[in-house]
Amino acid sequence: MNWEIKTVAMFASEALREGYLGAAGYIILGVVAIAGFLAVLGMVLIYAERKVAGHFQCRLGPMRVGWHGVLQTVADTIKLFLKEDIVPFQADKVLHILAPLFTLLGTLLVLAVVPFSPGMQVADVNIGVVYVTAVGGFGVLGILLGGWSSNNKWSLVGAMRAGAQIISYEVSATLALLVVVLFSGSLKLSDIILSQEQGWWIWRAPVVGLVGFVIFFIASTAEINRTPFDLPEGESELTAGFHTEYSGMRFAFFFLAEFINMFIISAIAATLYLGGWMPFHIGGLDGFNAVMDLLPPGAWFAGKTSFLIFVLMWFRWTFPRLRVDQLMRLEWKILLPIGFVNLIAAAFMVMFGWYYGN
Amino acid sequence: MDNQSLIAAVTAAANNIKLREKADRAAIEVPAEGLLALMQKLRDDAQFSFDMLCDHTVIDWLAEGTFEFVYQLYSMTHQHYLMVLTRVSRDNPTVPSVSSLWKIAEWQERECYDMFGALYDGHKDLRRLFLEDDWKGFPLRKDYKDDFMLERPQ
Amino acid sequence: MSVIVSSLEQRIRADNLKESPLSTQEYFVNMGPQHPSTHGVLRMVVKLDGETVREVIPVLGYIHRGIEKMGESFGYRQFVHMTDRIDYLSALINNWAVSMTVEKAAKIELNDRIQIIRTIMAELQRIQSHQLWWGVFGMDMGAFTPFLYGFRDREIITDIFEETIGARLTMNYIQPGGLMFDIHPNFQKRVKDFLKYFKPKLEEYETLLSGNVILQERVRNVGIMDAKTAISIGATGPVLRASGVKHDLRKLDPYGVYDKVDFDVPVGRIGDCWDRYWVRIEEIKQSMRIVEQLIDNIPEGKTMLMKPAVKIKLPEGTYYSQVETPRGVLGVFVVSDGKDKPYRIHLRTPNFNNIWSITEMSSNWRLGDLVAMLSSLDVVVPDIDR
Repeated sequence: MNWEIKTVAMFASEALREGYLGAAGYIILGVVAIAGFLAVLGMVLIYAERKVAGHFQCRLGPMRVGWHGVLQTVADTIKLFLKEDIVPFQADKVLHILAPLFTLLGTLLVLAVVPFSPGMQVADVNIGVVYVTAVGGFGVLGILLGGWSSNNKWSLVGAMRAGAQIISYEVSATLALLVVVLFSGSLKLSDIILSQEQGWWIWRAPVVGLVGFVIFFIASTAEINRTPFDLPEGESELTAGFHTEYSGMRFAFFFLAEFINMFIISAIAATLYLGGWMPFHIGGLDGFNAVMDLLPPGAWFAGKTSFLIFVLMWFRWTFPRLRVDQLMRLEWKILLPIGFVNLIAAAFMVMFGWYYGN
Repeated sequence: MDNQSLIAAVTAAANNIKLREKADRAAIEVPAEGLLALMQKLRDDAQFSFDMLCDHTVIDWLAEGTFEFVYQLYSMTHQHYLMVLTRVSRDNPTVPSVSSLWKIAEWQERECYDMFGALYDGHKDLRRLFLEDDWKGFPLRKDYKDDFMLERPQ
Repeated sequence: MSVIVSSLEQRIRADNLKESPLSTQEYFVNMGPQHPSTHGVLRMVVKLDGETVREVIPVLGYIHRGIEKMGESFGYRQFVHMTDRIDYLSALINNWAVSMTVEKAAKIELNDRIQIIRTIMAELQRIQSHQLWWGVFGMDMGAFTPFLYGFRDREIITDIFEETIGARLTMNYIQPGGLMFDIHPNFQKRVKDFLKYFKPKLEEYETLLSGNVILQERVRNVGIMDAKTAISIGATGPVLRASGVKHDLRKLDPYGVYDKVDFDVPVGRIGDCWDRYWVRIEEIKQSMRIVEQLIDNIPEGKTMLMKPAVKIKLPEGTYYSQVETPRGVLGVFVVSDGKDKPYRIHLRTPNFNNIWSITEMSSNWRLGDLVAMLSSLDVVVPDIDR
């Protein structure tokens, strides 16, 4: 089956030949689509998180606002937007205001390359994986600035924890990404998806793919500060960590970024290891593959991503939190060596062609 | 050890020990001067080995003009209790601190300072425990008055 | 003799912020009085070097209500109400402590019905308290789900209490001379139902939290307190038992019908956070054992042996009795001058002593460990301040 990749960026560049106006129209469309998607996705994820948490904990979660509480997050968002925005006394006002924007910006930019389906992607950058890693690392800047500028020791401790944690775990996450880059031979996200037509990398590259996936998932969970790695917020230790002094809309930005990040890492993990929007194919079984193609690619992507998001929520509502030195030990003494060995093994496997569907 | 033999052993161990009447467990009264030496002996002597200062408090006998310091001792090895009481004048309520013997005494004595204004000689860090540092007066004294206190109709 | 009185400010400035060899600066943070893991209004001034805790200075008194002073103008029966409010998670056992002091002083012999009901109630209260502690411990470790599981199961016992007593938290049920009311006709059945329900749930507790590798990493060998330190601090209850001292008043100085029932006292090995955790979980099992033995054997009899409207007068003297609450030894010290009000009433509360162990064990551990240690001590702040 031939997949035709169409992105907003392509439409824009085509339109550019005829005039600036059309191109600008497409760019605005892309930005609005991402912004709208961001807001809606944030609300849906928050609602989902609360419902999932509720059912894990033998309760119902939000039930009052709207049918089964579906409007709860809308109400919460309105409340957060109307709340007074407090900047603490003697805080670094400019940085304090900018910090949440930085965090949200990092998230927003990554969203631009996420391939939702063959015809739904804002830009298909030819260095997609590098772009994701680079821009995704931008979020930590906001957290560091937010903690630093709040003029609060708890915030500062939280921010320093976040800095150390995110930078450390980025190493492992990148190493795990490289495994797939090696196998697919491309940095472009659409190429990586197309390379999985005969099967997903998680099982096409025996063991190495699975190990890479697990490392990537763990490291990314740490990168987005979710339980069991939620030390920067560490509610019971640091009251609220880096966003202790934030209120109203700026707090909402941090909050939103956190939830969108959860979507992003699930989407990236799904794209790289679970075939993205590619239906579940087994090389050689054409009949089976045809049945699988009945579901549209967008649904495959949504399904895989939601499953991974659910796993993240599952983590959050089950595990206790690690201690700060254990967190570093896990990265530098366990994940990183395994990641390196895995990468070298992957290189050999690519060299000798030891993987399925070769 | 049961109460009788405990009291007999304690009275044999030091001078000036009086038996406290009207107490529901073994209780002795000692003068404040010999308190620290007696406590040291009670803690270290193998036949007593009172390794736990269970409780320490003060009773304000306003009519007699004295403070009575109460130490409840407990021995983990022998499982016996002893109550040691000592009286000092209300005007200068100073007793030697036993915080060098039992760590918890440091804080129990701070509480008694906080509530009664009892002073402990040799205490390293005597300051108020519950109330603010600039609180006026000592609330558990019987003659304590402040602006917010409600007088019960008698 | 000269005695120097200092203040908190002087205390903090006393060893001023030195430059350490690596020239990282040490700094003070206020943990509390409004902090999620101090369970109320406990304030600790923490000296930190980066993430490492150098010193902890507890600052108390944020919920000091002067219960001892109030006690001097209350009758004995009225004072029982106050004890609900010191350690609100063991209200019934606190009631029992005061009642026992009064009964011993007034030389009242209680019948078996009163004693057995009191013992069952106390053990249910102990289970309830430990359930709540378990949930809160999970929450302090960063897992929120145990909190709700703990509360869910605690709710059932609370309902049982409510049916008989009419109150859920401040119960004031055990009175000098007996009980406030007789038990509800449903009581025995519901308690048996609860035991049947809770046994599998306790296993769920273990699979959810106890066996979790992260929790094990967090609590094993963290916050070790040896038996000698624990004793010199006067720690009691699970905190002391976790350090390996088999001290339980229910065995050593039995009250109620504890001498007639069969139960074990779980003892820890090294006194780390895990031992304190394990001891409490085992105590839930032992409490269930006690309730199981008693629940079918409640004899008939009166439930109040003193006339309720008459003021209690105790003969002159000093009285001290103590009970084992879920957190340790609660002692009630009464000085009576023969009137209907105590001349001086003093409460030796378990948490007052237990909390100081945090100053002994916390130095050079991480901030996260401090939270774990504090949580493993199971402090109830009103009980410290009184």
